[in-house]
Amino acid sequence: MKYLEEFRDGEVAQRMAQEIHRATTRSWAIMEVCGGQTHSIIRNGIDQILPPGIELIHGPGCPVCVTPLALIDKALAIAAMPNVIFCSFGDMLRVPGSSKDLFRVKSEGADVRIVYSPLDAVNLARANPTREVVFFGIGFETTGPANAMAVHLAKQQGLKNFSMLVSHVLVPPAIEAILSSPSNRVQAFLAAGHVCSVMGYWQYPPLCEKYNVPMVVTGFEPLDILEGIRRTVLQLERGEAFVENAYARAVSFEGNQRAQDLLNQVFEISDRTWRGIGNIPRSGWRLSEAYRSHDAEHRFAVGDIHTEESALCRSGDVLRGILKPNHCPAFGNQCTPRNPLGATMVSSEGACAAYFNYGRLASAPAAAVGAASQP
Amino acid sequence: MCLAVPGQVQEIYEAHGTLMGKVNFGGIVKEICLAYVPEIQVGEYTIVHVGFALQCIDEASAKETLATFEKMGLLAEEFGEAEPPNAIPGGAP
Repeated sequence: MKYLEEFRDGEVAQRMAQEIHRATTRSWAIMEVCGGQTHSIIRNGIDQILPPGIELIHGPGCPVCVTPLALIDKALAIAAMPNVIFCSFGDMLRVPGSSKDLFRVKSEGADVRIVYSPLDAVNLARANPTREVVFFGIGFETTGPANAMAVHLAKQQGLKNFSMLVSHVLVPPAIEAILSSPSNRVQAFLAAGHVCSVMGYWQYPPLCEKYNVPMVVTGFEPLDILEGIRRTVLQLERGEAFVENAYARAVSFEGNQRAQDLLNQVFEISDRTWRGIGNIPRSGWRLSEAYRSHDAEHRFAVGDIHTEESALCRSGDVLRGILKPNHCPAFGNQCTPRNPLGATMVSSEGACAAYFNYGRLASAPAAAVGAASQP
Repeated sequence: MCLAVPGQVQEIYEAHGTLMGKVNFGGIVKEICLAYVPEIQVGEYTIVHVGFALQCIDEASAKETLATFEKMGLLAEEFGEAEPPNAIPGGAP
């Protein structure tokens, strides 16, 4: 496919990796924020052709992984209600709630449907006027325009039976939370390309300046990622810290203004709890006042929810970059994609699933496990 | 989740008052919402995520990027710079 294959050339990748070797004189820790990039890195073995001193720390950019347990439990409760058609991206169905997942609720008789686009759920609401259609609207800024448009069209078309259970999270506050943590080791960021396709990268210069870290807007194909790393290393080696765009074919400084306008209209900034990480102030979106009648959390009373996380799962440490997936004692043992303990083993973007699916199965030496388990 | 795929716009039309189109992804054609990229023309490429076109692909900068990548490391090879000691031969994907 055009704009994909050209950016996967192995020979060019090797030369780019050599450039990175030439440029590197010290050890550096670089975080790729987005789970899609984590998958590309592990799948293509990019981490294995870098200089040994360059560590890629996998970031929390997997919306499925960070959707709070309480909200998953709410989704399970709403999905089980009579007359509800519960729609979701496929990734969410196997994510463990406190006691079951959406697949289980479906097998128990609930009408749970996997959709490709939030617009499919709007169409279902139009076709089923006597049913309540609920869409599980999760995502980062990349998915925001799709979810915002779905709610906006439902309102515009008077589809009162459409509502959305919103779990939207934002990248810049997460980056700031990582950088301001006393245990932070991250020295530079690969900024998530498609988040920036929507939002641009005007939000990043103040962060670069405040924390003195380079940020490079980076795409998802192997050559894009190598270029992001190369530019990051050049900045680090020179002691510079500014925002660069290594994904110019899909990202502009301003981003997509039309999308941002609708996002600002449909959503408002709210505090969010990130599963495995905790509360981050002003790190999410919820529906704004004008659209609140389409908010599933307001529409359905789901009562008291008592959440219970797996005691074995260390996905919080994985999401904060403290623990590599294959260093978790449960990895590949009690926890596999077929029987996941945490969301990071479920999602097509979860770091644990990436390590498992692409054969990074070697478990850590005992010492490393012990060291990594320090809080 | 943030996976977005480039595709070529084949057809542009309105449905339920919204700008929609048919977009071809290497042979697979899907109906995509084009409301956020109303300037796009048939034949152009766009980045698509969960049924929505997020940005038009800037063809000129795509070409420029590829040209830069392809030249990378060639000068060093030409002038016979030694291989960095820690390079892994044949390690590229």
